[in-house]
Amino acid sequence: MQTNKKSLWKVIGASSLGTLIEWYDFFIFGSLSVVLSTKFFPADNPTAAFLSTLATFAAGFVVRPFGALFFGRLGDLIGRKYTFMVTLVLMGGATFLIGITPSFESIGYFAPLIVLLLRLLQGLALGGEYGGAATYVAEHSPEGQRGYWTSWIQTTATFGLFISLVVILLTRVLLSEQQFDEWGWRIPFILSIIMVYVSYLIRKNMDESPEFAKAKSEGKTATNPLKESFGNKYNLKFVLLALFGAAMGQGVVWYTGQFYSMSFMKTVMFLDSDQADLILGIALLFGTPFFVVCGRLSDKIGRKWIMMTGMLLALLTYRPIYEAMYQITNVDRKTEITQARTENIETRSTDTGNEEVKHYRTEYTDGTKVHITSRQLHQSDGQPELVDTVPHITTKSVVTVSGSNYVLLVALIFVQILYITMVYGPIAAFLVEIFPVKIRYTSMSLPYHIGNGIFGGLLPAVSTYLASNAQSQGNQTYYLEGLWYPIIISGVCFIIGALYITKNMTANTDQK
Amino acid sequence: MESIKKTFGILWIILALLTAYFCIFEFGIPKLGTGHQEDLVFGIIILFILTPIISVGLAVFGYYALKGEYSKDKM
Repeated sequence: MQTNKKSLWKVIGASSLGTLIEWYDFFIFGSLSVVLSTKFFPADNPTAAFLSTLATFAAGFVVRPFGALFFGRLGDLIGRKYTFMVTLVLMGGATFLIGITPSFESIGYFAPLIVLLLRLLQGLALGGEYGGAATYVAEHSPEGQRGYWTSWIQTTATFGLFISLVVILLTRVLLSEQQFDEWGWRIPFILSIIMVYVSYLIRKNMDESPEFAKAKSEGKTATNPLKESFGNKYNLKFVLLALFGAAMGQGVVWYTGQFYSMSFMKTVMFLDSDQADLILGIALLFGTPFFVVCGRLSDKIGRKWIMMTGMLLALLTYRPIYEAMYQITNVDRKTEITQARTENIETRSTDTGNEEVKHYRTEYTDGTKVHITSRQLHQSDGQPELVDTVPHITTKSVVTVSGSNYVLLVALIFVQILYITMVYGPIAAFLVEIFPVKIRYTSMSLPYHIGNGIFGGLLPAVSTYLASNAQSQGNQTYYLEGLWYPIIISGVCFIIGALYITKNMTANTDQK
Repeated sequence: MESIKKTFGILWIILALLTAYFCIFEFGIPKLGTGHQEDLVFGIIILFILTPIISVGLAVFGYYALKGEYSKDKM
């Protein structure tokens, strides 16, 4: 039943590469959302903006769990291999098509509609892919080593994000700003089809999972996986425990470390966008191997306490970590080098008059540099343009850090990535083991995608709501208030997991 | 430990009710009336997708815990 080591590496390679590409495809849409919005969803057009919101929310929240149900059912009925081949092709095809879709300027409303549909297909495919890959690898793995082997699949989400950042960064570096804005942004999407084709060729030659093949040959596969997963009390209670005792906390820890941290650096600390991407990239690169370490460790000491420790550490240290991050760019506590101050004004002609752009640059003794740009529009008669009877001035601050501040920031993000590896490294093996073969794909996919898609996906919206509420009430540390969402969710999940999950919980195949 | 697991079932049911309250009256319904399309989509998703999953799911989980479904002999 179990596979020899050489074949197992082939299984891991084929599965991980495909899953990595799927995550890459999913993340480039998010990473390029600003460019995409100008091409497909112009903000001054309400219908297009509405479709943009749907693309953001629907693909992340709603469609992923549906993909988990749809493809999970297929995977339990016809097999793991064919199902995750379909999800791979679906994802790659959708991503490629986004890359070649004409812009709003060329085809009007068809552009955002097509992109919305393709984004929904991406969400569906992702919902089906992960459970298939994790199940496929776990069912090839030797007894007692599932944590180690499935942890390779766990690296793919983080590595997929890393690759997406690198590809986008390289495209930006190789092209001029104008070239990137005109057509260069399409390259990361179009590249996907080559990667998907290679992955398809590798996966095509793989065999079906031995456990599923055995169950099928013995006629022990499910006839109605959805009913057997969620209509059966014994299985449903494990689905709920997997969701509220593991996946929910894992989802918020994952989103906080990888996405909230990036958004915090860019919008609260005003860190230079490229520098923030690079800092996150470095932390991801150093942190990713720890998925395998935690997976291996979970085989030795059990999955439960590694995941629970990750959640506990996260909820106890998030606020101090983010306070330390905030202080890195807080110039109120820094000493300015007054000789380094420069100020210059440019005036550019516009259709209705001119735009005055003021640049203010300064430096601090610890190497921090600040560049503030303020723009004001003037009419042709020299009068400033008014919005609500006041002159309309937009200001943008960009901060860059260096030296020990840079290292400290990388370290603070790295610690958060470590928490992710603790909660995420062992979770595939944990989910696979608590469900029997015949309903495994369906049962494990749903809690995973609700945990990540819904609890994790909600994080930006809820955290922003909490932070802006605190700011409007005059709270001095409003920038930390958004963290209450991951802290509370992790706390509840920690208590449920610690109380109800048993150390070596595995599926009882005798139960109906 | 088994009695703690059962007693905490009540806590999960209360938490499910509180979550439902916040999802409906704090996040969901207020978002529907702001006039922003982004808020409208967010409100609809909160009310009709998230609230049922989170609140009903947590309530069922609490009920199972209260009934002793997560006791050692039934796992």
